[in-house]
Amino acid sequence: MSEFRLEMRGVCKSFPGVKALDHAQLQLRPGTVHALMGENGAGKSTLMKCMFGIYKMDEGEIYYEGQKVTIHDPMEALHMGIAMVHQELQPIPARTVGENIFLGRYPMKKALGFIPIVDHDKMYADTAELLKKVRMEFDPHQMLGELSVSQMQSVEIAKAVSANCKVLILDEPTSSLTQNEVEALFRIVEDLKADGVSIVYISHKMDEILRISDEVTIMRDGQYVGTWPAKELTTDLIITRMVGRELTNLYPKRENRPGEVVFKVEDFTSINPKSFRHVDFELRKGEILGVGGLVGAQRTELMEGLFGIRSHTTGRISYKGEELKINRPKSAIDQGIAMLTEDRRATGIMGVLSIADNISIASLKQYLDFGVYINGKKVEQLVQDNVAKMNIKTPSSKTQIQSLSGGNQQKVLIGRWLANNPDVLILDEPTRGIDVGAKYEIYCIIAELAKQGKSIIMISSEMAELIGMSDRIMVMCDGRVTGFIDGPDATQENIMELATKFE
Amino acid sequence: MEKTAKVSLPQKIWKAIKGNPIAVALAVVSLIVGCLVENFFSFNNLNNLINNTTIRFLIALGVSGCLITKGTDLSAGRSVGLCACLAATLLQDPTYTGRMYNWPEFNLVVAFFIVLLVGALIGLVNGLVIAKLNVPPFIATLGTQTIVYGICLVFTNAQPIGSFKDSYKKFVNGAFFNGAFMVGDKKFPGIPYLLIWAVLFGLLFWFIYNKTTHGKYMYAIGGNENAAEVSGVNTVRSKIMIYVTAGMMYAIAGFLLAPKGGGANSGSGQGYELEAIAGCTIGGVSTTGGIGTVGGILVGVLVFELLKIVLQFLDVNPYYNNIVQGLVIITAVAMDIRKYIAKK
Repeated sequence: MSEFRLEMRGVCKSFPGVKALDHAQLQLRPGTVHALMGENGAGKSTLMKCMFGIYKMDEGEIYYEGQKVTIHDPMEALHMGIAMVHQELQPIPARTVGENIFLGRYPMKKALGFIPIVDHDKMYADTAELLKKVRMEFDPHQMLGELSVSQMQSVEIAKAVSANCKVLILDEPTSSLTQNEVEALFRIVEDLKADGVSIVYISHKMDEILRISDEVTIMRDGQYVGTWPAKELTTDLIITRMVGRELTNLYPKRENRPGEVVFKVEDFTSINPKSFRHVDFELRKGEILGVGGLVGAQRTELMEGLFGIRSHTTGRISYKGEELKINRPKSAIDQGIAMLTEDRRATGIMGVLSIADNISIASLKQYLDFGVYINGKKVEQLVQDNVAKMNIKTPSSKTQIQSLSGGNQQKVLIGRWLANNPDVLILDEPTRGIDVGAKYEIYCIIAELAKQGKSIIMISSEMAELIGMSDRIMVMCDGRVTGFIDGPDATQENIMELATKFE
Repeated sequence: MEKTAKVSLPQKIWKAIKGNPIAVALAVVSLIVGCLVENFFSFNNLNNLINNTTIRFLIALGVSGCLITKGTDLSAGRSVGLCACLAATLLQDPTYTGRMYNWPEFNLVVAFFIVLLVGALIGLVNGLVIAKLNVPPFIATLGTQTIVYGICLVFTNAQPIGSFKDSYKKFVNGAFFNGAFMVGDKKFPGIPYLLIWAVLFGLLFWFIYNKTTHGKYMYAIGGNENAAEVSGVNTVRSKIMIYVTAGMMYAIAGFLLAPKGGGANSGSGQGYELEAIAGCTIGGVSTTGGIGTVGGILVGVLVFELLKIVLQFLDVNPYYNNIVQGLVIITAVAMDIRKYIAKK
């Protein structure tokens, strides 16, 4: 018997134009939490997808409890005891919690003694039991679509637990969770660990990694860098090994000087009574206004309201004293507002289309000759400018955007908005799911834009980012603005205090 | 950014062959049939192929916009039928005693634009129902398909319409250089006027799809409608325009179809929507949206028409045709989709 529960050796995997994995490896001990770290595009998710049978490896071997195995598809992985909670959850919103958990392996019974049918009573009873086990309290009969993102994630974990897995892959499990939910997740992870489950934990959050994991494997550019006990590591050491260079500052020095008030929002109220209401705030020229709050504080909804994606009832938006009429994104764009949305996949990228198509879609009118003909050279110039300016890694401008890493996709989307030269730029979680190196690059871009005089609103759920990047922080709680804090005075504590100021 | 490696010509050809296995297979079969069966490589057969392909190509171009935006248009065939009947009625020989309606005589151009307008109206209804009322395209156009057929039955009283003005017949059936010189012991039958329509609209659609904002918006909507909306694309207007354009293409196809078989009736155009959708899909238009090229659509339609002619020349019992066509559709799309699966 090997000392490892699961071992991957010499794994190679190529995609058209990219070598995603180059002799990567991983050794997983029973009953431990093993953090897998690396910049976006380092190949963490790809390696996990190879383990889980979603991708086929070009080269390499997998040993499971000492036996050499080949995993052809996720079903086979599940049967072996390997389960995965995906970075992007893939639930079926219109079915119940119970059906989502037991999808594909429903408990059966025989009707009339011979017709096999689904045993719904057993299914929902088992679901209730499982939910208790992952310390979650909601009705197994509830439609999955009615749950919050964090609750859906708990359901995914419950699903993995119910498969009696021995290896559990958690891919960025905390990216959309509040602090309390993270604590709850960690308790579940500790429980599983005590049961002897090996957990692969992918995250970009250093404090979490150092707290929860036993061992850390670091990858860079698809290659294996090394594995260390978590005790021997510090944030600085991890970052240095991840990026292969010293990162002295997490945040760039900002040289922007906020000027006069340009953008004003008064008494802005949603059409939905549970959403944002009576919001007032001002934004200065060249200012970075951070927006903090817990998940559910309606920050995204407010910004989507300002951008015309959601409807509002009352409220006044003005730019330099002039009132803006916004009822859909097009009118917001035409009036100099841009918004990088939170969910890249749902409202950002057009996956099958090229980088060029994706980057130019919001500003196509600029590249027209004679009013009708799109000049391909101008579009190519736009792509090349952005590729150079933001260090976008792509084989060509014709590459489908879905084949890029998250960080590079995000840069393309930022480029999409900058092409319009907006006055006000709303960034909703601009660095979500992005590795440290690319994060720093995005911070630099934001700082540079503010220096150029653009007014920036940045929603962030990462306290450190909020404090590190904002000139001023607006905090929301349950649809209301509960206060403003000047950048230098901001601490985790005073932000948290405002964020939990429920009525 | 890395420079894309230069691809040599043989590599390019090999890639094209690998990319279009069905088209290549059919070209090979055609060559073999051509060598074995007399008259396959004849001008008459070629003209026949051009004529059939043009009409299907125009319909397929129309429906392609709907498919690229993740929609569909089941009303295509019946719209072609109604427009064919309308054109036929407008352009019946005024001296013919059995005229359907005792309307005044219409000029060819005026008649063409009336038909075009009716097609656009059908498309407008489709577009409004789909984009404004948010009815799924499959259901919306299933409804209009039935309605349009009903209108056609009422309008024609289920009677066939024939005996057209000479100018109309000539306009559609005519050819350049007809009998201008001898080829062997036969007269050269000329280049059919219809070829002009195919070339013209092929180029026009290529231009729209690749070089205009409307085309880019169409692909964007197919790629991710929400993202397109957030990027400032007026998705409602774009979709309406796509369905109106489609309706106009069916009108043109109907206008050109009526004098082809000698007459139009309420059954004209039946099932053409499925042929058009099949042609698009064989030609690589993705039903999951965002992908499709004019060149691909032409190849797809051509494959389908060539297949029909090959079967005819091989003296296959025509009852088998549908079976073979169905198999080709499934095989072609299965092979096309394999390209994407393999990339994982």
